[in-house]
Amino acid sequence: MITEIEMGKAESELELGLGLSLGGGTAAAKIGGKPGGGGAWGERGRLLTAKDFPSVGSKRAADSASHSGASPPRSSSQVVGWPPIGSHRMNSLAAKSAREEEEAGKKKVNDDEPKDVNKKVQVGFIKVNMDGVAIGRKVDLNAHSSYETLAQTLEDMFFRSKPGTIGLTGQFTKPLRLLDGSSEFVLTYEDKEGDWMLVGDVPWRMFITSVKRLRVMKTSEANGLAARHQEPNERQRK
Amino acid sequence: MNYFPDEVIEHIFDFIASHKDRNSISLVSKSWHKIERCSRKKVFIGNCYAINPERLIERFPSLRSLTLKGKPHFADFNLVPHEWGGFVHPWIDALAKARVGLEELRLKRMVVSDESLELLSRSFASFKSLVLVSCEGFTTDGLASIAANCRHLRELDLQENEIEDHRGQWLNCFPETSTALTSLNFSCLKGETNLAALERLVARSPNLESLKVNRAVPLDALTRLMSCAPQLVDLGVGSYENEPDQESFVKLMDAIKKCTELRSLSGFSEVAPLCLTAFYPICENLTSLNLSYAAEIQGNHLVRFIQFCKRLQRLWILDSIGDKGLEVVASTCKELQELRVFPSDLHDEEDNDTAVTEIGLVAISAGCPKLHSILYFCKQMTNAALITVAKNCPNFIRFRLCILEPNKPDHTTSQSLDEGFGAIVQACKGLRRLSVSGLLTDKVFLYIGMYAEQLEMLSIAFAGDTDKGMLYVLNGCKKMRKLEIRDSPFGNAALLADVDKYRTMRSLWMSSCEVTLGGCKRLARNAPWLNVEIINENENNDLMERNEEDEREKVDRLYLYRTVVGARKDAPPCVTIL
Repeated sequence: MITEIEMGKAESELELGLGLSLGGGTAAAKIGGKPGGGGAWGERGRLLTAKDFPSVGSKRAADSASHSGASPPRSSSQVVGWPPIGSHRMNSLAAKSAREEEEAGKKKVNDDEPKDVNKKVQVGFIKVNMDGVAIGRKVDLNAHSSYETLAQTLEDMFFRSKPGTIGLTGQFTKPLRLLDGSSEFVLTYEDKEGDWMLVGDVPWRMFITSVKRLRVMKTSEANGLAARHQEPNERQRK
Repeated sequence: MNYFPDEVIEHIFDFIASHKDRNSISLVSKSWHKIERCSRKKVFIGNCYAINPERLIERFPSLRSLTLKGKPHFADFNLVPHEWGGFVHPWIDALAKARVGLEELRLKRMVVSDESLELLSRSFASFKSLVLVSCEGFTTDGLASIAANCRHLRELDLQENEIEDHRGQWLNCFPETSTALTSLNFSCLKGETNLAALERLVARSPNLESLKVNRAVPLDALTRLMSCAPQLVDLGVGSYENEPDQESFVKLMDAIKKCTELRSLSGFSEVAPLCLTAFYPICENLTSLNLSYAAEIQGNHLVRFIQFCKRLQRLWILDSIGDKGLEVVASTCKELQELRVFPSDLHDEEDNDTAVTEIGLVAISAGCPKLHSILYFCKQMTNAALITVAKNCPNFIRFRLCILEPNKPDHTTSQSLDEGFGAIVQACKGLRRLSVSGLLTDKVFLYIGMYAEQLEMLSIAFAGDTDKGMLYVLNGCKKMRKLEIRDSPFGNAALLADVDKYRTMRSLWMSSCEVTLGGCKRLARNAPWLNVEIINENENNDLMERNEEDEREKVDRLYLYRTVVGARKDAPPCVTIL
């Protein structure tokens, strides 16, 4: 919880930590530096919701932070809708940085590997459809670092839907619990090879580099998609 | 008094194209109102919920061209839920039923369905032009209907839409007899393109002036396209991350050399440096260049390219060009009118030497006397720089500065940027659009209210201290039409101070501010001619279902706009209209 005293301290440190670098618990720093704006801003810190920023804020986020991969601290891109760049551009930037990270990773491993023609990664906003719901949604994969937060976001997106004028159907009376196979729905994704897979089988980072789109599928229909335990090298492309 | 017969007056009115002027004309007298409205061909509706299609048709029976805007601007940054609204279907339906002779439809931030496109394509025999910007909800099937059924289609321009690509054969749906195309832009489509169909279409469209393809059109196809359309004026290319081989390169360059009419170049979602050099022959003719999607390309290649573009009037580029690159632009592009510099890297890692700073901005302002519009993303700024820019360029109409880190002060003095922006509004007497950023107190708004007399659109984020800030703007900027504010400490006092002000504005957006539900309710009561919408998509969605509503509850997102048709009926559950 951000207290007034912490705000005061942060105020005098105009330079430090004003970037929205969210390394362990320095959330206070984000809002510092505004003369006289302490108290009012303390509450408005909810810019960052648990859904979007797993390492800050509510207890739910704190839980997932402990088992999410350590994402490198980011800056202004972590505030919802900031910087004010349209999603087309955001996607193209995200794809570029994902490529760079992949390159950095690959360099350490094997420089002689032939370049992967399909190495382009569309990390960023991807479409999500749910069985029985006419209108698809989009989710920003950049804002997540674990399956749990992604599932929670999707749950909020579709679970909260009520019958409306644009054809969203169905009212779900129990939580979707997309990841543990215990509910009526499962979360699946289409990978770059066009195969539909159950979400959750592969490490998160591998998942986000191969996911093309998501689908919340009825468990009954998903039986054919028993989790495929493919070894990573089986899925290498030509 | 009219000394002329109506037909003569109508003919005179034909020369008045600007809708603002035509709106003024219609206020002169009843007779002029009637003549004007019966002869009006083009109508612009900035907010589709301010009026309804029936009343539009009633007033303007001769309507030929309609422009509609739906979602508020901040929808571009995911601050508006997808299901918020802005459906075009009722409009097309009403126009079809009334047998309006619609020829042109331009939509921005609206929800368009395949059914709507199908209905559109079948209802208007003379339909010529469809322009969709930042729309969503349709697929390539909808495009197929347009292609197949609009016999006289001249323009199909799709900019930054979310289109589900069914990889169908929509390009094949243009009949062989269709030869009237002047403009085709499908750059936002993500899927494969039927190259053969595209080439045939281009080959039989001798009037094609503007062609913007998507990423899936490879280099050899581009070469063939350019070869059969050397008359192109405006070209958007695909994605070319691999260097071309010698033969392909030569062919490409030959094709490009023949396009002597080419003035505008865009696309390049990736482009290998060698590929870019193939375009050198036409650089000196270019007036518009958009390289802002080429995230991979390094600044030096960009600079080398731009050095040849002496006639540029419009440049959209990435900040990888760097301050040095902008200095080159400043010394080369003396005709420059509009500049946009987008960020190429959102991760705040090491000090990025190649990003742009205040130095680049000052250089541009000093070197480009005709500059009037700028959108500049940067990591740092100073008051001194802004003051210099203001002195160099008093002709700004649009000035949008986005310092990536919220609340960042002047990096040399650690002060707020009030003085810098103050200098801008004071010097630029014709300023119509302004976006501010960085560390800002109420003072900047005092300056804006005092000096920005022509300001119509203002975007505020993470700025100000108290309600006074917003009040300065509302009281001072007489021409304000669109005000959008996020994450700033403005509350009910500012919102409610002058309710009649909103009569003169199109809309107000406030998100993550201090306004409460009680304040919004009071506003809605005092201003029944406004739609006051509360958008609440998050955890506690059941705002209206709780037994006790807490009027002190802060409103997450508020969007209000004037309207003559009352509360809309198509709002989703997450939107409450007070």
